[in-house]
Amino acid sequence: MPLASARDLREVSLTEAEYRRIVELLEREPNDLELGIFGALWSEHCGYKTSKRLLAALPSGGRAVLQGPGENAGAVDIGNGLAAVFKIESHNHPSAIEPYQGAATGVGGILRDVFTMGARPIAILDSLRFGPLGVPHNRYLFQGVVAGIGGYGNCFGCPTVGGEISFDEGYSDNPIVNAMCVGIVPHGRLRRARAEQAGDIVLLVGAATGRDGIHGATFASVEMDSTSAARRPAVQVGNPFLEKLLCEACLQLNELDDVVAIQDLGAAGLTSAASELAHRGGRGVEIDVAVVSRRERGMSAYEVMLSESQERMLVVVRPGGEARARAIFDAFELHADRIGTITPQQRLRVREGRALRADLQLRALIDAVPLRTPAAMAPVRRAVEVALPLDDPEDALLAMLRRPNLRSRRPVYRTYDHQVQNNTVLGPGGDAALLRVAGTSSGLALTTDGNPWYTSLDPYAGTQAAVAEAARNIVCTGARPLAVTNCLNFGNPERPQVFWQLRESVRGLADACRAFGLPVVSGNVSLYNETSGRNIPPTPVIGMIGLLEDLDRRCPSGFQEDGDVICLLGETREELAGSEYARLQGAPLQGLPPRVDLDAERRLQGALLEVIHEGSVRSAHDLAEGGLLVGLAEAALFGRHGVRCPALTGQVSAAALAFGESQGRVLVSAAPRRVPDVQKVMAAAGVPVHALGVVGGDELQVGPAVRVRLDRLREAWECAWDTP
Amino acid sequence: MKTGIVVFPGTWSDRDCAYALHDVLGEPVRYVGHRERDLGDLDLVILPGGFSYGDYLRCGAIARFTPVMEAVARFAQDGGLVLGICNGFQVLQEARLLPGALLRNASCEFRCEWVSLRVEQTWSAFTQGMRPGQVLSLPISHGEGNFYADPATLELLQANDRIVFRYATPQGQVAPQANPNGSTAGIAGICNARGNVLGLMPHPERACEALLGGSDGLVLFRAAVMALQAAAV
Repeated sequence: MPLASARDLREVSLTEAEYRRIVELLEREPNDLELGIFGALWSEHCGYKTSKRLLAALPSGGRAVLQGPGENAGAVDIGNGLAAVFKIESHNHPSAIEPYQGAATGVGGILRDVFTMGARPIAILDSLRFGPLGVPHNRYLFQGVVAGIGGYGNCFGCPTVGGEISFDEGYSDNPIVNAMCVGIVPHGRLRRARAEQAGDIVLLVGAATGRDGIHGATFASVEMDSTSAARRPAVQVGNPFLEKLLCEACLQLNELDDVVAIQDLGAAGLTSAASELAHRGGRGVEIDVAVVSRRERGMSAYEVMLSESQERMLVVVRPGGEARARAIFDAFELHADRIGTITPQQRLRVREGRALRADLQLRALIDAVPLRTPAAMAPVRRAVEVALPLDDPEDALLAMLRRPNLRSRRPVYRTYDHQVQNNTVLGPGGDAALLRVAGTSSGLALTTDGNPWYTSLDPYAGTQAAVAEAARNIVCTGARPLAVTNCLNFGNPERPQVFWQLRESVRGLADACRAFGLPVVSGNVSLYNETSGRNIPPTPVIGMIGLLEDLDRRCPSGFQEDGDVICLLGETREELAGSEYARLQGAPLQGLPPRVDLDAERRLQGALLEVIHEGSVRSAHDLAEGGLLVGLAEAALFGRHGVRCPALTGQVSAAALAFGESQGRVLVSAAPRRVPDVQKVMAAAGVPVHALGVVGGDELQVGPAVRVRLDRLREAWECAWDTP
Repeated sequence: MKTGIVVFPGTWSDRDCAYALHDVLGEPVRYVGHRERDLGDLDLVILPGGFSYGDYLRCGAIARFTPVMEAVARFAQDGGLVLGICNGFQVLQEARLLPGALLRNASCEFRCEWVSLRVEQTWSAFTQGMRPGQVLSLPISHGEGNFYADPATLELLQANDRIVFRYATPQGQVAPQANPNGSTAGIAGICNARGNVLGLMPHPERACEALLGGSDGLVLFRAAVMALQAAAV
């Protein structure tokens, strides 16, 4: 029987079989520190042991790709010799326990991932999911998370320009907090975190190391229960001011040729950062924990190695370059400890003064992570027809606009600085954000998407829908989709139904990205989102960036001019399953989600880009949650122009026509004389066009049944967050 | 107009100010570090927005002890133009170059949005060429912009025509619903007795081009240029 007791193993979240494998690899028993290091690096969070095989199927190459998965963040070419560096990451478990700090440090972590690549962060987006706000604890989580995102991003000085928020019972007690960051760097300055030369010096820069966040990585890799609140010490505390200094120092360090690698300290702290850095470069690393500056007395080597104290990074410099690097740290009043060196042997060696505390092969730590393929089981699903009544369309529309999932997000995003850096062309609230690439005439369109109801009904189709919608959002601004990052938030993969959801979702992601020719260049997996036996709905979140070469060709989402003709592009089917209207009606979540026709999507998006770039349309708004009537109301409210339409007609029920959520649809407006141009391009692409009505007046008027003044619409849509 | 943009640790609108003055208006600018003691031949010094020293302790409370603030105080004393934007306004108050205090927003929340400002006086260095009652559209971005001054100070500000901007409706009415942070008397910006030091919460440097939503911020920077030209003649 091994030395480690069952309790020790639970502490580091390793199974007995994994322990035996470690003994085999080491040819001896690991000591406590070594066991902790294995626990961290073999955790789901660091080692991707459940998802690695699945993720291998994602397309990650392409002409524009400068850096695929495996570094701090991915990078793609955006022209003018510049690269966009971006990634999305989860901070669900910490946010469930301490929402302000959990969300704040989520933002901090993703910012560091980007600026350690040498890029200046230019935008943050956040994809959030909570339980219903009627429950006080959910409200506490929601308010804390929003305040934490604002508190960190506003102080740091990176604009928060987009994201999404949705509410569902399935997220009570287990909110989803995903933060995406995008940065920009000239190609030649894109930095990779790999130490390739023995003898190089390893500096630990930034905050002193404390006991916060010990076991954060393993904490993120186990399910939560009523005792999780006791894990509060495992939640880190953020210091955005220090992060700002680190960022500016990092960007200056990046100009020095003596600086060979910069690595963020994230999950599993020093252990993970040092190991990854050395392993990527095919080298080893030796660290003396005794010289690490500490925040607390009496910390053991174990605690120093596994602390997740925030705002720290490793900087590897050539022996002759330390003084130049230190001059930069001094200018920003940053503290740097020389904690070790890069070694020729591919080992992680941890010393405490003279004593050797750990000596492990990096291959065993990183490459030998035992992969798991748990059992998968598809649930029994029946194709149920979802038929819903629609008695009073006007009342229903106002009720829909007040729904927490549809109402205006302004009360949230006005607490985020979304303008700093002077590049925000289209801010939050529309389809995708659009940012100027400073010093050029081009723009980057950014969005995150995911619909938990579609993925609950069918994780494969639901994930495809998320990719298609993200791309549609980007295209509506006039930009061409370029690349994807993703965050896979799922329940406990040891449950066969959950693993099936994960597998199907990744398959959907891979197929959709292939169909659109989009590489997945970075991402993150958050499993074990299970609280007291309840798993969250499958929640893949797609982050996407797009490029608009000429900002003058951008397209707004709101109606612009009286007299313009409003056209619906795409086909409306009898699709109400998983819709917001079904939830308004109290219908159970059942049936098949809206169909995703990737070929039709591609044709629609290609044709839409063409009419936008030709200047044939004056606005384009993606139809998503809430369907056509909600989309019309939004475009009217965004653009502050009314709408006059005859009654909607079609081959489907009145409810599906008004509020069905068929995919692949976009609402455009065009000057009357340009309508034939739109029709011609759409016909050539095989995209149906329905002229709905005209822009004008100060009412939304659709047939005899809907006639509402815009200020009344706005009042419903901009209702306060605590409105039930 | 030679402009110096002060950079404290934690300042972030330094680059936006440089963009507005240099890239948009073509004026020469340089950054001034928080340890510098000599402002040289500058005409205008900007204390930009941001979170100097993380806003720890109190907004602007630590920044005012930096060496550069001694130089800024002398510069203001000598009649140099000083513009404090957002956090810079808070620093100017902490340094006693402007009166009053900026409290937490009445909503207790951070606010980032476009607001309308009514121009209250046109004699200061930063309002040259403006019309009294003119309405400017500028963004705000702050959590602590709720202007407060004791009644005596308020009376003094009013008597000496030192209230430069008030929050107003787009039509120019000073009204509670147009006040984004609960500021006393809707005050968004004030100047010193000589009119060469201005502090305001909104961000003129973010309103310099139609692409980003408006260019009223340029009116303020151009006023400073005019004031300097007038002084040089």
